[in-house]
Amino acid sequence: MIHFVLLISRQGKVRLTKWYSPYSQKERSKVIRELSGLVLTRGPKLCNFVEWREFKVVYKRYASLYFCMCIDQDDNELEILEIIHHFVEILDRYFGSVCELDLIFNFHKAYYILDEILIAGELQESSKKTVARLIAAQDSLVEAAKEQASSISNIIAQATK
Amino acid sequence: MATTIMDALFQRTLEDLIKQSRLNLIPEPTFLSRSLDEIRKELRATDLQTKSIALRKLCYLSSLYHVDMSWASFHCIECMSSSSFAIKRIGYVSASQSFDEGTPVLLLATHQLRKDMMSSSVFDSGLALGCFSLMANGDLAKDLCNEVFALLGSSKVLVRKRAIGVTVRLFEKYPDAVRVCFKRLVESLESSDSEVLSGAVSVFCELARKDPASYLPLAPEFYKVLVGSRNNWVLIKILKVFARLVSLEPRLAKRVVEPVCEVMRRTGAKSLVFECVRMVLSSLSEFESAVRLALEKVREFLQDDDPNLKYLGLHALSIAAEKHLWAVLENKEVVTKSLSSEDVNIKREALRLVMAMVSEDNIVEISQVLLNYALKSDPEFCNEILGSILSTCSRNLYEIVIDFDWYVSLLGEMATVFHCQKGEEIEKQLVDIGMRVKDARPELVRIARGLLIDPALLGNLSLHRILSAAAWVSGEYLEFSKSPFELVEALLQPRTDMLPPSIRAIYLQSVFKVLIFVASSNFMERDLNSVSFHQSSAIPGETSKGESIINLLNLVESSVTPLLGSPDVEVLERARNVVGLVELIRNEMSIQEQNEELGFLKLVNLLNDAVSEDLGPVSWNAPDRVSLPDGLILRDNLKELDAVLGGIELPSSSPFSVGVGSLFGEKTDATSSDSRVIEDLEVTNESNESTSLLSEHRRRHGLYYLPSEKSTNGAYDYPPANDPKSEEAGTSGDADDLVKLATQSFVSKKRPSNAKLRPVVVKLDEVDAVPVEQKRAESNDNLLSDAIREILSAGEAARGIAGANTFPPEESKENSRPIKSSSRKGKHRSHHRKEKDSSHSGKQERDREGNSRSRRHGDGRRTRERAGDSASVMAVATIVPDFLLE
Repeated sequence: MIHFVLLISRQGKVRLTKWYSPYSQKERSKVIRELSGLVLTRGPKLCNFVEWREFKVVYKRYASLYFCMCIDQDDNELEILEIIHHFVEILDRYFGSVCELDLIFNFHKAYYILDEILIAGELQESSKKTVARLIAAQDSLVEAAKEQASSISNIIAQATK
Repeated sequence: MATTIMDALFQRTLEDLIKQSRLNLIPEPTFLSRSLDEIRKELRATDLQTKSIALRKLCYLSSLYHVDMSWASFHCIECMSSSSFAIKRIGYVSASQSFDEGTPVLLLATHQLRKDMMSSSVFDSGLALGCFSLMANGDLAKDLCNEVFALLGSSKVLVRKRAIGVTVRLFEKYPDAVRVCFKRLVESLESSDSEVLSGAVSVFCELARKDPASYLPLAPEFYKVLVGSRNNWVLIKILKVFARLVSLEPRLAKRVVEPVCEVMRRTGAKSLVFECVRMVLSSLSEFESAVRLALEKVREFLQDDDPNLKYLGLHALSIAAEKHLWAVLENKEVVTKSLSSEDVNIKREALRLVMAMVSEDNIVEISQVLLNYALKSDPEFCNEILGSILSTCSRNLYEIVIDFDWYVSLLGEMATVFHCQKGEEIEKQLVDIGMRVKDARPELVRIARGLLIDPALLGNLSLHRILSAAAWVSGEYLEFSKSPFELVEALLQPRTDMLPPSIRAIYLQSVFKVLIFVASSNFMERDLNSVSFHQSSAIPGETSKGESIINLLNLVESSVTPLLGSPDVEVLERARNVVGLVELIRNEMSIQEQNEELGFLKLVNLLNDAVSEDLGPVSWNAPDRVSLPDGLILRDNLKELDAVLGGIELPSSSPFSVGVGSLFGEKTDATSSDSRVIEDLEVTNESNESTSLLSEHRRRHGLYYLPSEKSTNGAYDYPPANDPKSEEAGTSGDADDLVKLATQSFVSKKRPSNAKLRPVVVKLDEVDAVPVEQKRAESNDNLLSDAIREILSAGEAARGIAGANTFPPEESKENSRPIKSSSRKGKHRSHHRKEKDSSHSGKQERDREGNSRSRRHGDGRRTRERAGDSASVMAVATIVPDFLLE
């Protein structure tokens, strides 16, 4: 299973973290520090797998972002690369040629998308179309709710309740 | 009230926050604390909208700056309970980022999760399930077990597949959930929806990782997936499941091998091909044709330019190496070239493979080339090379080492590699070889001498362990030493100050042994009037033996006496032994001049005997073989001891009494004659008294004392140990070497006829391996596998072969299930098994299997008989599925 997903920028800034195995807050920052040291220093023509502790980390660089997933020793590395690519393609389709800034300002949306793709560290939806459809449906739900909530009368009603 | 409205209207949005953080106008800590204050205030607002925006901002700060957000967990739950999906979603995402099993407010979330799981909106239940999978603990899993069960039967695929994904966590935290949910999970294996199927297979893959044996009975269902599915995601996972099952049930291998090869031939997806290759090489390695096919694919990987495929190819080869070494040999060129790859991972895999190819014919060349390569590598990989040479050569008591003289000198060479961090291992092997291989001792002593006399090595911390082994070896096998005098000088050189006390003590003990050796051979010589019996005449220009001994004694005394003030007990004790012995020899020498009394000679001989007895290797389980003597009660209360010891005071703080106490303990071990020992001790005591006075005097006058600062400064007088520059000459063109190695070394040569015979390596009766303690599985895992076994063997239990009382009757379990109709398939299975066992009619089996395969005629009878025979013996055999008995 995938133990965690990390998105790290080339400068070592964390853009997204998702932990499917229990890690305490302290461990989390330690892991991120360790891994960014390990992954960011690797040259461009090396293989995309790093042995780390008793796990393997599969990473791939897209533009300025490193997508990393940590898996067990006997998991399939190529499959994980495909999952990473799957995730990136969906992001790309959703944001329209995604860039790092998109993920910075819409970090929550990246989480929503990831939650549609993975559950409990396993792939749950391999169809890009389905994911796009689900995200769009949820977005429209939110839009409707937002319109209602942001009307000034509503705010005043809420506040004076 | 007004402030709340203003807050809500003019709240900073997430975007504002992010923009501000990117502007870097104020320093980060200030920015963080200001933002957190603001968020805290906003979270206290009554308006959920305001709250949710604040929460989202907090979530952002937490994921980017690792700000603790556990204090806001209650606010997460508040947002989760909102009726607005937008706010609910923010609440859930924040919760899944910050909650864990121990979050105190988790109890409050239970109800909300239940409500949302059962909500009519697929999105609500999706959120709840996703969140549940991340933070479930035992209680939560128990409380929500029935909801997950209900969702497993949902007609909406979106909900169902999420529920399936969640079951891994559910089972792990609450094993009893298996009894409720397992049947529906198994049914999902037959789902027509590929996402549901994929989810279910992933769950089984994860479950089978921990305890594959429990899932053997499901082999028929897995087999159907393997043959039927065309989905690569599913196939990869199901192959993993089979890889684990096949190793437990060899008969399964025969069924699976053909479909696996079929998949391998058919697919173009590299990930799937690799999974097949890995499965064949690890679990189906006895099927020649499959292995050949897999290796063909491996070769394609190896020749690919993609470093990923190359790495995986090498990885696959290392899996194959265990059983099919020829596969590695066929690809040796690629392997050795990869050793000089710029990618550490590839290098590491290649190193493993090279070591796998090592045999007694090529070990010398390979080790030499690798060692030269290590000198040029970065420190980390250098140590990896050294480590793998060490572990390969020492495998099975140096199985592949023929020429121990060579190996010992290799160890010596390794010790002088600049980056060497393997001191501990080299130390262990030097001592071990000394004890086990008699014929290697002369060379061992020679190498040890080389290490000991080099003052530069003492400055290198990582070499200290090796030096301690060298000191021990040269003291223990003194008879092979060319010059004991030189050895003593080396052991007492001023820079030994830099050693840690424990190793210093070993040095001193070696000096002690040398003294005894020299004294005994010297006196024996004089008494018997015989000519040189040993070769201690190494000091040039030395005419009289007696004089040389006196010189030696002076040297020892002057360098050891300062150590009598050492704070370390071990060093103190050894130093005292040595000084005592020096005094003793001196006294006796002067006495002997006058009257030819042989008393001293006896003592020296006795000590010599004690020290020169061969130390052999000791088996790990030797202590177990000592039977407990009668009347020895080990586990008794030691309270009575207080009464006995009541009058005795602890040794006073005077260093003498401590020294005597421990000295006494050691000596009684070493010699058999007690009276002699006590005599010895008394002499030692007297001499100690005088020498301690003497040392006091010397301290005052600063003689013979190297001030500590000076000695550390002295370190710089010497060239740094193992200067890499001096090594460079011999290590050029490693890549060429490696390639040459590929062409030469791995060709299995005939051993040259003039080669030495392999010396005897002492082995103990049993394999001396460290007893491995069986690792105890976690209790939860046990519970889980018990529950699964119970579910799957329910049918077996009912038929009452092994005794009807061992399992509760089937009905009671059926009652405990919330929805009875769901157990249709289980009944079918158990019924089916019952029938098969009672009548052997096999009709129903044919119904089940008839449409998939028709090859049962061949080996059916044989396997069935075999299974019948072993049914009573093996626990596994009782749950072997019908599928295997076909």
